[in-house]
Amino acid sequence: MTIDHILAGLYVFSLAAFLGYQIISKVPQLLHTPLMAFTNAISGISVVASILIAGRHSEHLLIPILGAIAVASATINVVGGFVITDRMLKMFKKKEAAK
Amino acid sequence: MIGLLASLFEGAAVGGMEPRVAVYRVALFIASLLFLVGLRMLTNPETARRGMQMAVVGMVLGVVGTLVHKDIVNYYWIIGGLVVGTVIGIPMGLLIPMTKMPERIALSHAGGGLAVALVGIAEYYGGHVHGRFAMGAISFEVLMGAITFTGSLMAFGKLAEILPGKPMTFGGQNAANFLLLAGALAGMVVLVLHPGLSAVFYALVGVSLLLGVLLVLPIGGADMPVVICLLNSYAGLAASASGLALDNNVLIICGALDGGSGLILAMIMSKAMNRSFANVLFGAFGSDAAAAAGGAGGKTGSVREGTPEDAAELLKIAQNVIIVPGYGMAVAQAQHATRDLASAVQAAGANVKYAIHPVAGRMPGHMNVLLAEANVPYDQLYELDAINEEFERTDVAIVVGANDVVNPAAKTSPGSPIFGMPILNVDKAKAVIVLKRSMKPGFAGIDNDLFILPQTMMVFGDAKATLGKITAAMKGGGH
Repeated sequence: MTIDHILAGLYVFSLAAFLGYQIISKVPQLLHTPLMAFTNAISGISVVASILIAGRHSEHLLIPILGAIAVASATINVVGGFVITDRMLKMFKKKEAAK
Repeated sequence: MIGLLASLFEGAAVGGMEPRVAVYRVALFIASLLFLVGLRMLTNPETARRGMQMAVVGMVLGVVGTLVHKDIVNYYWIIGGLVVGTVIGIPMGLLIPMTKMPERIALSHAGGGLAVALVGIAEYYGGHVHGRFAMGAISFEVLMGAITFTGSLMAFGKLAEILPGKPMTFGGQNAANFLLLAGALAGMVVLVLHPGLSAVFYALVGVSLLLGVLLVLPIGGADMPVVICLLNSYAGLAASASGLALDNNVLIICGALDGGSGLILAMIMSKAMNRSFANVLFGAFGSDAAAAAGGAGGKTGSVREGTPEDAAELLKIAQNVIIVPGYGMAVAQAQHATRDLASAVQAAGANVKYAIHPVAGRMPGHMNVLLAEANVPYDQLYELDAINEEFERTDVAIVVGANDVVNPAAKTSPGSPIFGMPILNVDKAKAVIVLKRSMKPGFAGIDNDLFILPQTMMVFGDAKATLGKITAAMKGGGH
């Protein structure tokens, strides 16, 4: 890994952290629980790293097994996280529902 | 879309990159943008759902883009993992009751931490870690991922009441934790210098798993909001480190967003408790020692007890009513009963608002979600700063299972463990109705002066049952 790669990665991290801070500070308290469920779901994007580990050629059987467990854990977060975020967001209504 | 991208990048192979790798990279790039836009739309309840849908599109794109990557030669394990994850994830998402949301969030952090830690271990075991920087990043990833995994399981155990909610402490605990942490950091340094020392790597994994357990065990139930947020942040940082090690930008970005949101929420929570992170993590707040010290500040006085009918009489003549929900409402699953009472009070001609303290409940926004489930429109929910002035003009404040967040000792007794914590000024209301199971003190183990104020009426019993009785009395006995 060259210094360019490392710096590029750190650039991305710093900018994303800054942007994330700006955006997340604007999320009202009302939506804090959905926010947690949502960021949890999108951080399940680690599933892409797990997929590469589970699927690429490997000498050791242990590696795809670890990869598959990682794929499963991350997928639970992604799928469950989105489903639950949606359930919560659907409930937030501005006007009283007609009886 | 993927096909179009593929054809677009057909020529790029000449530049040294395989077209299928290009598709993978572009898919992840678009996914990152969709996640950012989705998060931005989450700042407003009107657009939040569409924002989430954009993130779903991003996720599908990212996964599909990765599945076409040229390095993938075997799909069995991938499909197995995806199927198992989906089969568990969908029912978990659909069936979990809203009152169990803190438990589910804690479990999902455990899953996220585990996934990231396993990626790090597999990369190391497979010999895919090249260079000192990558080694440092992988070590950090595994440290944070493993701490998040076991720490979140402990938090889950406490929230689900499998483990005692009280802080579990032993002599020299903080010293032991600091030693373990120092050991883990030293291990990381050794690994950066000598990446081949696999024994050190696996020892680091073990120590991190142990640290997760030991760091969370001494933290009490009411501090869980801060702990959950911090674990959220650790899971994100681990994912970012993983992205740095694997040169994968979407992981870096999502990790930074996740880590950032956890950190911001943790800061909001600890500010709302007037405590520092260090105090939450190492203070073992609410232990017997702290409770004994705090109890001394409390005044003595007599409690005025009332019946649900007395409460209804008060509410019938009230003009302005504020409802203050707390963790007790979640425990009693009384959100629907609370809303029913609010409707009855509104029908009697009063104006009803809800005052939500940032740390009411066991996670950020806990009360908001429960009240939303009970169909309370969100424009009736007010944050601390937005409503605190109004208590002076309030005829009746109804406290449903909240305790420490309405304790005036936070303003008046410098000796109290919660002194300085911003509270809801319920004591300023003309009349206060407190629904409570018993006189047992709240989490902080201290007496609440609110309960002995002359304008306070205590109605003891299960919150849900009591609310039902008050509502019935409001609708029934006409005056």
